[in-house]
Amino acid sequence: MSNIKQNASEEAEFAKPLYTPIKRRSFFMYAGATAGATALLLSGCDDDNDNVVPNGTVSLGSGDVGVLNYAYALEQLEAAFYAQVKATPAADFSAVEKDYFSQVAAHEAIHRDFFKAAINRDAPGKIIPTLGAADLNFTSIDFTKRASVLATAKTFEDLGVAAYNGAGKYLKTPAYLVIAGQIVSVEARHAAYVRDLISNGSFADDSIIDPATGLDKAMEPVDVIAAAQPFIKVKLDASNVGK
Amino acid sequence: MNILRIIEQLSEVDADVLGRFDSRRAVFKGLGSTAKKGALAAAPVFVASLFSKAYGQAAGPSIIEVLNYALTLELLEEDFYKKMTAAGKVPAGAPAGAIALILKHETAHVALLTKTISDLKGTPVKDVKFKQSAFPADYETQLVVAQALEDTGVRAYKGQAGNLMSNSALLQVALQIHSVEARHAAHIRTMRGQTAWIPASASSLPAPLGPVYTGNIREDNVVQSKVNITTDLGTPYTANEAAASFDEILTMAEVLDASRAGGLVA
Repeated sequence: MSNIKQNASEEAEFAKPLYTPIKRRSFFMYAGATAGATALLLSGCDDDNDNVVPNGTVSLGSGDVGVLNYAYALEQLEAAFYAQVKATPAADFSAVEKDYFSQVAAHEAIHRDFFKAAINRDAPGKIIPTLGAADLNFTSIDFTKRASVLATAKTFEDLGVAAYNGAGKYLKTPAYLVIAGQIVSVEARHAAYVRDLISNGSFADDSIIDPATGLDKAMEPVDVIAAAQPFIKVKLDASNVGK
Repeated sequence: MNILRIIEQLSEVDADVLGRFDSRRAVFKGLGSTAKKGALAAAPVFVASLFSKAYGQAAGPSIIEVLNYALTLELLEEDFYKKMTAAGKVPAGAPAGAIALILKHETAHVALLTKTISDLKGTPVKDVKFKQSAFPADYETQLVVAQALEDTGVRAYKGQAGNLMSNSALLQVALQIHSVEARHAAHIRTMRGQTAWIPASASSLPAPLGPVYTGNIREDNVVQSKVNITTDLGTPYTANEAAASFDEILTMAEVLDASRAGGLVA
């Protein structure tokens, strides 16, 4: 919300939904940290963040909607990966592994679809474009080999956990923080499980959990996007996420 | 933004609207200084917080109270795993390795939270013990209790995130512990032949597991932020998929209730 341009039309835009008479039912939406407060916050964060900037880079945006778009981008990546795994399962998967990927594919598709619905509802016009098959780059993954697929799943899940852990502090809306918390623990469950599939007992080993503090990793949005960028052809800009 | 008009409209449905704010004078004083800075954009945030204060719940617990609550749960877990290790029923190899790793993390969490509370000039709780009479003799039931403690821990940390929003560093640390508890929960669950995540079908179980998954928001909940995950997303998803995709919170009161972790403290 740093470079708000103040002009009459934007001011009118801010106030528009609030000028309509408040009926008793909708009035309660304005009380407390509920959807009402969310709408107020988002209408306040009306930064100049048209998603696609001239050089083809996609800006994830700023403020809370930036964090939501950031999560949406990562969930799209995960969902597309698992959809591919489910469509072309490696021949050397065990039955347990095939089942794991089928279930996790549904979880990640739900996260993706949920963020899409939530952003379109709470911040109309602010959502980043869909990352379709043509926008992703999975050439480094050998989907025919169990080891390659499991290693990629581990990378994505651990990265997802670190991403949510590092992004929570950028959310201003309590309801969104709770949602992020509800999702990150599921990502952590996935991460633990896929790690155990690779090597039983590595669910929370010293390579991922600091043995001195017992803390999982937390990463800043720009670092997470840098790590994910090799799998995404379109360039993502996370530099304003949460700001 | 015309705050006067909003308040006027609120007064039509709620005659006490002005009485709900700190005081009539404070409302306009706060707005005045905000407006003077020309920070129009801050007004919605200001109004949202004003309404939260006026209509929201009573003030939440302090940061020290939240940290001591977390420390209480970590001490309970640490003592449980110490008792489990001492009881000698955990099979050598992978099971013993997993329990040792989890105990190591709980001990680290206890140290970290204790130091943090002391650094903040608070008084860290100590000597929280797992109730001996509730400690199971057999390994299988010990794992059941471990699952209850870990899945409770996940729900408990999640439930306090909102109370740490005023301190970014502490919020992040809490999240970094939270995901470790989720990793523990996932592993313990798979040691018991359960899925690593919590499907809707696992939300009505006998004690001590049953109450872990119930509460004001149950683990089989499929509606998130007013979106019904099974029906509202264009693609239909099953209740098990919807419930497993989102873990749910427990409040402090729910966790400390005698039917849950509160009943396991000596």
